[in-house]
Amino acid sequence: MSHATDADGSDGQPKKAGLFDIRNIIGALLALYGVILTLAGLLGEHEPEKTGDVNANLWTGLALLAVGLGFFGWARLRPIVVPPDVEAPDDDPVRPGPQRKRPPAH
Amino acid sequence: MGPHDLTGTVTPMATLIDANWLDYLLVAIYFAFVLGIGVMARRSVSDSIDFFLSGRSLPAWVTGLAFISANLGAVEIMGMSANGAQLGLPTFHYFWVGAVPAMLFLGVVMMPFYYGSKVRSVPEFMYRRFGTGAHLVNAISFAVAQLLIAGVNLALLAGIVRALLGWPIWVSLIVAGAVVLSYITLGGLSAAIYNEVLQFFVIVASLLPLTLIGLNRVGGWDGLTDKINAASDDASSGSDAPSAEQQLNAWPGEALSGFDSPLLSVIGIVFGLGFVLSFGYWTTNFVEVQRAMASDSISAARKTPIIGAFPKMFVPFIVIVPGMISAVLVTEMIELKSGGSPEGGASGEGVAYNDALLLLMRDVLPNGLLGLAIAGLLAAFMAGMAANISAFNTVFSYDLWQRYIRKDHSDDYYLRIGRLATVGATVIAIFTAQIALGYDNVMNYLQTLFGFFNAPLFATFILGMFWKRMTPTAGWVGLVAGTLSAIAVDRAAAAGAFELSGQGVAFLAASVAFVVDIVLSVVVSLVTKPKPAAELRGLVYSETPREDRTDPHEAEMPWYRRTAPLAGIALAMVLVLNFAF
Repeated sequence: MSHATDADGSDGQPKKAGLFDIRNIIGALLALYGVILTLAGLLGEHEPEKTGDVNANLWTGLALLAVGLGFFGWARLRPIVVPPDVEAPDDDPVRPGPQRKRPPAH
Repeated sequence: MGPHDLTGTVTPMATLIDANWLDYLLVAIYFAFVLGIGVMARRSVSDSIDFFLSGRSLPAWVTGLAFISANLGAVEIMGMSANGAQLGLPTFHYFWVGAVPAMLFLGVVMMPFYYGSKVRSVPEFMYRRFGTGAHLVNAISFAVAQLLIAGVNLALLAGIVRALLGWPIWVSLIVAGAVVLSYITLGGLSAAIYNEVLQFFVIVASLLPLTLIGLNRVGGWDGLTDKINAASDDASSGSDAPSAEQQLNAWPGEALSGFDSPLLSVIGIVFGLGFVLSFGYWTTNFVEVQRAMASDSISAARKTPIIGAFPKMFVPFIVIVPGMISAVLVTEMIELKSGGSPEGGASGEGVAYNDALLLLMRDVLPNGLLGLAIAGLLAAFMAGMAANISAFNTVFSYDLWQRYIRKDHSDDYYLRIGRLATVGATVIAIFTAQIALGYDNVMNYLQTLFGFFNAPLFATFILGMFWKRMTPTAGWVGLVAGTLSAIAVDRAAAAGAFELSGQGVAFLAASVAFVVDIVLSVVVSLVTKPKPAAELRGLVYSETPREDRTDPHEAEMPWYRRTAPLAGIALAMVLVLNFAF
């Protein structure tokens, strides 16, 4: 969280969470939904008899786009620094996935 | 697409919801994200994913959202909107008297014991505090509860499959079961933190527009209250809907508690729903508690449910209000509420209150937004059921099979048992789903189950945590007697021994279970031998030194990052909300 110097931090700088920062994932999904719904609102059937004369797809699409971009911006402005050694997460008893296929750690 | 068949009659094979390619595209994108991250997590493509999944120093907003998202499934979305459609505003008590105070209590009082003792499941805590008897009883009842609740999630999931594709309900159940099984097998749970946070945003992104469009259609809040008043005046004598006045005021909530007297009703809601059921649910439900256990310090673990409480207090506006709108806007719901029995519905056996949200989606969401809503619902029910099945799997293979049936086998052996348990649990859930389908309002069923399982558990936990004299024998006797007494109350009500509408029977059963458990535990403790005090450190309040219960660094944090002030603000906000409605 300290100082944002370079984008990727591969050269000895503190390493940022980057693409897999949860905020970028949220931002990507919401922005993608936003674009699709905005296009559907502009190009598709409007169906005013359902929504009571509001172009719901368009407005929701624009809002999602704004929120998605907001998450991207937040992740850029305040990057999360990943510590140099991240241990593999423990198996979580209430939500285990299949065994991770990773070579044993030495 | 044919939006005009809305008003026409629904033929048996017609689908309830008309989805088109755009909707399926949005659903597909969601699953591509979720499964994609799951695959990358298992292949360890990035340190960042490991970092987020290990959760050792995650920002508190992430764990807080994961915490409420783990619960924002069937109970919340379908149950609360069904309740809203049937009973109106008193349903808000589930959030403002129930969940939020319980989450604050969990953070402030109980979390230090969970976090400090490093237990990974409820039965494990029971084992450490009380030994074998209570552990065995609790492991069995926990496993049964997970199977029954998985049935609820599966029934709702199958309802959506049926609404989309028009298949018979039993085919839909099997298909939904197969979908959940492949979701678990493909690693749908391995990127759980990502899934849960994504799921939260998708659900809000679909329910918020649904609420706003719905309000627009009925003419705003005033239009909604006018229509509820008008519907109540028009209702036929066959209608069992509560009066408009009861639907539009949260207190005293006679329709919810089933008591005729306002005073008894308030007591029933505060003690039955608020104290016993909700505290019991939130403080002993490790599917949620587990989210907080992954944080980096006691302070962060305690703040997880407290931060979750802030969004939680506003969730009812996007789940209960749509239910209320549905009851005055959707033709079938109006007919149902005025005493009729319209055809159709997700179960295929007539429209039920459970269908309130799906029918509203059908009537007000254009294609596009409809797909977003379907993605959110599918995600919530699937993740919910997968979590039940996994919790069952863990308790079955380690707490039951390994401890009591086959000890000292290899890890591979227990993993195989776990896989078999997963398949077995999914098949059993197809049958327990039939029980859930028998309830017109799934909330009644869920609260009944929580009364059976969580209320006695909460009594035993709270007594065991604060009274070091409580003995191992009292531990299991209290649990067994509590559960049996709750079942007895429920069966007596079903047999017609007394009459309480709404969720009154569940509140009463939970309260009786709690009282029976406490009384018996105290009596049995006085005549049996307690555990030595030295073994109770970290498990009992008086035997746990203060430094084990608090975070030494917390005093250095600014006030808005400390546990107690945050909890105080949340409590003040929820009190304001209680008085405002």
